[in-house]
Amino acid sequence: MTVGLEHYLVVSALLFALGLLGVIVRRNLLVIYMSLELMLNAANLALVAFSRFNDQLNGQVLVFFIITVAAAEVSVGLALIVALYRKRQTTHVEDLTTMKL
Amino acid sequence: MSDALFYLFAFLTLVCGFLVIANPFSRNPVTSAMFLVLTIVWLAGLFVLLHAFFLAAVQVLVYAGAVMVLFLFVIMLLNLKEEERRRIKTFGLVTGLAAVGATTAIFIRALIQAHPGQSAAVPTVAGETQPLGKLLFTQYVLPFEIISLLLLVAMVGVILLSKKDLK
Repeated sequence: MTVGLEHYLVVSALLFALGLLGVIVRRNLLVIYMSLELMLNAANLALVAFSRFNDQLNGQVLVFFIITVAAAEVSVGLALIVALYRKRQTTHVEDLTTMKL
Repeated sequence: MSDALFYLFAFLTLVCGFLVIANPFSRNPVTSAMFLVLTIVWLAGLFVLLHAFFLAAVQVLVYAGAVMVLFLFVIMLLNLKEEERRRIKTFGLVTGLAAVGATTAIFIRALIQAHPGQSAAVPTVAGETQPLGKLLFTQYVLPFEIISLLLLVAMVGVILLSKKDLK
């Protein structure tokens, strides 16, 4: 059985599921951030696979933009985490319950 | 040959991705970051199999290089020693697994119903630097410029956020 679009999409879906599981289960802000990166990468893989099997390059250009936005997002998010750590001395989500009723 | 490489890379991607979120031997964020680097490298291998050569190079340079160095730098900066001994709650694990399982089931079911990839023609597109750059500077030149503005805004925001006396 030759490898087609659906194989890549299954890998992408599983990788997305792993990232989502990490966001839900883990309690460390940095690891949650890494799981977000996993989900972004899963979307990238799906886009590149669609681009390849539909015979056009538009998907790859979109992936290019996604990588750029992800880099900007990571820099801002990590700066926020550092600022938070400076104020609270923790990166554990269960210690950050100021907005809880 | 290409098929065997696909299965190899896909397997390694998923195993390393699993070790990012749940490593049975270590709860240290540095280990997670290292496995995330490995996941990204194997994904770059999948990109090469999809003939997206330029994106594979960018993936390794930007993600495995720049972004992960940023991650490791922040982990070292915060010195997260005492985080390791926290336990994962069973309730969160069960509900999380249920939600993720349902989402994945929806994905796979939609995929089975859609029957993609039935076209007989062998794809010929190749993501080399020249066609990608041509597309980026003609059809997508406006988003390209907006992205540069976004990077500038992110840079200024980060400098403001990391100032000592945050007002």
